[in-house]
Amino acid sequence: MGKRSAAIVALTEWAPKRVWDEPMFTMEACARLAAEVLADAEVDKGEVDGLVINGLRESPMFAPSALAEFLGVRSNFNEVVDLGGATPAGMVWRAAAAIEVGICETVLVFTPSVPAPPQPGANGGPMKMKMGAYMGGEVWGSPQGQFEIPAGLVAATPSFAMAASRYMAEYGVSEETLAKVAVDSRYNAQANPMAVFCGKPITVDDVMSSRYVADPLKLLEIVMPCYGGSAVLVTTAERAARCPHRPVYVSGYGEHLTHKSITYAPDIVDTPIRLAADRAFAMAGVSREAVDMASMYDCYTITVLLTIEDAGFCPKGQGGRFIDEHSLRYDGDWPLNTHGGQLGMGQAGLSGGMSHITEAVRQVQGRAGERQVPDCDIAYANGTGGMLAEQVALILEGA
Amino acid sequence: MVHFSSDGRPLPTPTPITAPYFDGLVKHRVVLQRCPRDGYFFYPRGRCPHCLGDDWEWGELSGRGTVYSFTVDRAGHDPALSSRIPFAIALVDLDEGPRLVGNMVDCDVADIAVGMAVEAAFEDVDETTLLGFRPAL
Ligand SMILES: [Zn+2]
Repeated sequence: MGKRSAAIVALTEWAPKRVWDEPMFTMEACARLAAEVLADAEVDKGEVDGLVINGLRESPMFAPSALAEFLGVRSNFNEVVDLGGATPAGMVWRAAAAIEVGICETVLVFTPSVPAPPQPGANGGPMKMKMGAYMGGEVWGSPQGQFEIPAGLVAATPSFAMAASRYMAEYGVSEETLAKVAVDSRYNAQANPMAVFCGKPITVDDVMSSRYVADPLKLLEIVMPCYGGSAVLVTTAERAARCPHRPVYVSGYGEHLTHKSITYAPDIVDTPIRLAADRAFAMAGVSREAVDMASMYDCYTITVLLTIEDAGFCPKGQGGRFIDEHSLRYDGDWPLNTHGGQLGMGQAGLSGGMSHITEAVRQVQGRAGERQVPDCDIAYANGTGGMLAEQVALILEGA
Repeated sequence: MVHFSSDGRPLPTPTPITAPYFDGLVKHRVVLQRCPRDGYFFYPRGRCPHCLGDDWEWGELSGRGTVYSFTVDRAGHDPALSSRIPFAIALVDLDEGPRLVGNMVDCDVADIAVGMAVEAAFEDVDETTLLGFRPAL
């Protein structure tokens, strides 16, 4: 049996939006998320003694103390996690591990991704989500700035496209099979009113006829950047038992990384999720067959194919066949990203990565509504950061 | 660090550690560090990424290698390079071992394939030279 010390008991999530018309400071967003997730948990703010964040725009240094001060929290565990898209999954296991070792009891985990109010003197107006293509690689001494950026290897899409290109040459998968990942995700998004693509189903032909962005990846295989926000509450098993929703144990977890730029990945089609997932499954004492739903980071279609294989759900090289042979829909035989994934829901910054965890929690708690997977007790959730670089796997089990 | 060419292209700003590599490129030579235990490595750094030894020496490579993977940027992910699209980015395994990244030049992007043999192609831009690759003769 896996770990039973800490459980996710509650969540809150804002619908991703391409344009966000209610700008907020990060600290204000955290306060609103905290109020919402504590209400969902029926936990008093005074019980909170841990904070996990990615950073605070209003306090680039001393971020946890700035947030504790802002929220009025007396905090025993204070963590900043920097793992790109794997940050939310990395936050959850750190919170669970901190609770298990006994340094804290009740931890707020925040992933706000909203624009700040317009700064006086700067150009105002609603903001579209746009990440700098260099992602910090332009600083003095950065290897990325000297070797990758001058070659045009920037943003994320070209790196994932090279993984897809290599995979096609080494193992073989058709573009139609990759397109099916986007199509099944979009089907799931039709049952999620919060999804940006709710009301907009697509077909394999739609994906195939969308334009190439970075060969072989096409526009409809790529997430839409959005704004949004989310939070979860992690607490002890004892406290969790007194919360209104079914406790979701963080029963196994693993994390692995080897590189930042994809140039230096030991093997770009054997991703770090393999070791992260092996550790998570071993820790949980759970087999792959026991998983009732999977919630896999899906910045691109190729990410899902590589994750299905490397997390051990099928042999290496068989991912294409697996996708062809299974329905990945919430009402299918292998429910995956039942919220629509980020491909269907939109990638609301870090909240996009958290959406895989919030959906897994909803499913295990039996509150996924129309898209509920029957008898869902065990979920696999994971995060992929950077250029198939930072990877975190979680096994989430209902009490 | 990045600076920009007279026509707006992002260029590397060498550091004291990486300068010999970039100086080599200006002379149209591929010069990398070689660890006596682990062989050539990329990118330049003060200690070997395998053994953390500092007894490496600079050595010249053939510039020949194989395309490990590639993509064609058709969107201009770097707005500074949008006038160059479509252009190909390749990961190349040099015959001597290290993998590095560069643009494919002197060929149609439709003719690039994983596994194809390539050779170094030196692109002089302002005071800098960028390492790219072209199909091997
Ligand atoms: Zn060495």
